[in-house]
Amino acid sequence: MRDARGTVRRKAGLKLWLSGGWLALIALLTLAAGWVSPHDPLAQDLFAGRLPPFWVDGAEPGYLLGTDSLGRDVLSRIIYGGRVALGVALIAGVSTAIVGSVLGLIAGYYRGWADAVISRLVDIWMAFPPVLFAILLIAVLGTGLWSIIIAIIVIDWTRFCRVVRAETMNQSQMDYVSSAVVAGHVRTAILWREIGPNVLPTIVALLTLEMGIAVIVEAILSFVNLSISTDAPTWGGMIAEGRISIHQAWWVLVCPLIVLFLTVLAFSQFGEGLKDRFDPVLR
Amino acid sequence: MRLLQILLLRLAMMAITLFGAAVIVFVVIRVVPGNPIAMMLPPGATDEDIARLTAHYGLDKSIPEQFVVWLTGVLKGDFGTSISLRQPVMPLVLGRLPATLELSIFALVLAVIIGGAMALTGTRFRGGRTEAVIDVANGAGLSIPDFLWALVLILTLGVLYPVFHISGRISPSLELPFTTQFYVFESLLRLRFDLWWDLLKHMFMPALALAIPLAAIIGQLLKQSLKETMHLDYVVLARTKGYGENHVILFEALRNAVLPTLTLIGVQFTFLIGGTVIIERLFSYEGLGNMAIDAVINRDLPLIQGIVLVFALLFTVVNLVVDLTYALLNPRLRNA
Repeated sequence: MRDARGTVRRKAGLKLWLSGGWLALIALLTLAAGWVSPHDPLAQDLFAGRLPPFWVDGAEPGYLLGTDSLGRDVLSRIIYGGRVALGVALIAGVSTAIVGSVLGLIAGYYRGWADAVISRLVDIWMAFPPVLFAILLIAVLGTGLWSIIIAIIVIDWTRFCRVVRAETMNQSQMDYVSSAVVAGHVRTAILWREIGPNVLPTIVALLTLEMGIAVIVEAILSFVNLSISTDAPTWGGMIAEGRISIHQAWWVLVCPLIVLFLTVLAFSQFGEGLKDRFDPVLR
Repeated sequence: MRLLQILLLRLAMMAITLFGAAVIVFVVIRVVPGNPIAMMLPPGATDEDIARLTAHYGLDKSIPEQFVVWLTGVLKGDFGTSISLRQPVMPLVLGRLPATLELSIFALVLAVIIGGAMALTGTRFRGGRTEAVIDVANGAGLSIPDFLWALVLILTLGVLYPVFHISGRISPSLELPFTTQFYVFESLLRLRFDLWWDLLKHMFMPALALAIPLAAIIGQLLKQSLKETMHLDYVVLARTKGYGENHVILFEALRNAVLPTLTLIGVQFTFLIGGTVIIERLFSYEGLGNMAIDAVINRDLPLIQGIVLVFALLFTVVNLVVDLTYALLNPRLRNA
């Protein structure tokens, strides 16, 4: 038993390090985009159009990952596109987590009519397919980053609410909660000071998964041109441009795709790794 | 008797769900900032024109009255006129629906074949290296969304080794004898296998991209239930009777293990249909989803509400079919 537990733990550790390392790298690059990106992501140079990346013949040394059909540097655009992706992931993810978790904590701790109302709401919400919800919301809110963020919060809060409610109900049964009650603490204080911190690991694991979802949602919406304006670099927008010139310049599609792929995978593996680590059975 | 009860109950639930969807669509569309009439009129329209059009669409009435007018229209199949395409919404939506249905069903078939094969192989060689490989494949299928699978497929099987077509539903140079929009089905009926093959070569990659995540889920759950079933008494009995492992898995364990997977397929199939929206766009496949994105870009609200309601109807029908299949297959419900 001990051996098996050790293997799971080591595997989870490696998963966490690899995915966490990639996410940290992307975060650093996007934060320092002004210094590290070799070119202005919007600067066009029609004489330097469709230059291949460095490992292909005919590459220019200044353009590591080549240029797109307008001569814009692919690497710089990926770095600046990362700002949009991670920005949306962070804002949408955290807001969704807050809305869903607060409702989940309230429903799971107070039970009664609050739980009845919130749980019914979750059921109704989840019966409505997310894609239809998204179409309706974006149509009504208009395009743009804030619409995407609002849409993610409105659609995905139920993910947090359900899990946090269940976890809060578990925690409420525990001895430390009973002792707090006996010690005469106020119910609200017990919820936020005692139960809250114990539910937090679950919330963080879910948050990581949610951020991966947000990255892919932003990429999809900018791919179909429903995100920010077209000249601002986004991974989805780059993929859309690359899709058009795929036979002439495959790297315009491949480079942002690989970065997007790894980022989405890293978020999901990091979330899974955190879940394993916080899982009381394995811990 | 029991089946009839289930059917009636489900139909009632379906009506309630659809009514709920209609209410949501109506409310969301009416909350839209901006006057829907202003979007329909050409520039330079007079106040009189505005008043006439407002009265024509019943927008001068109270909100509940508007809802009744709107709902009666919807029930009669009148979804209004598309603003961007200037045609009635209903025929537009119905013209695109078959393409999406064919794609979704093809994807479902692929997912069941791939997922089922993985589950059966994993159970047959459980505990070994084969099962470990299948677990890793399932994990990858689950954590990467269909959008990214589609792009990977475009790059590999569309560009690097161009085996399949990467855009459209059928080659534009072909002459089409079709009278319905169910091209795949009709080409088979007309014995036009050349057209059928061309359609499949277009449909294969979008369908596979949609199928991969579902195949991974089916593979995982079915393998798990199969492995649990393998320990049950009646399976052990079959083995002591001298049946081989393959026979035991296929003819004894599968029947009982398949039920939870079936329920899951129902829920997941609606997600797959939802996925067609973006996948159709990616492959320039002329279905309902591709139309939905154009409608959102053009803020064509009548068209959007038509598409959303048709999708909602589709989802409820899928759920109904799954519930009924489950009732038919589950011996506890069948014989009661």
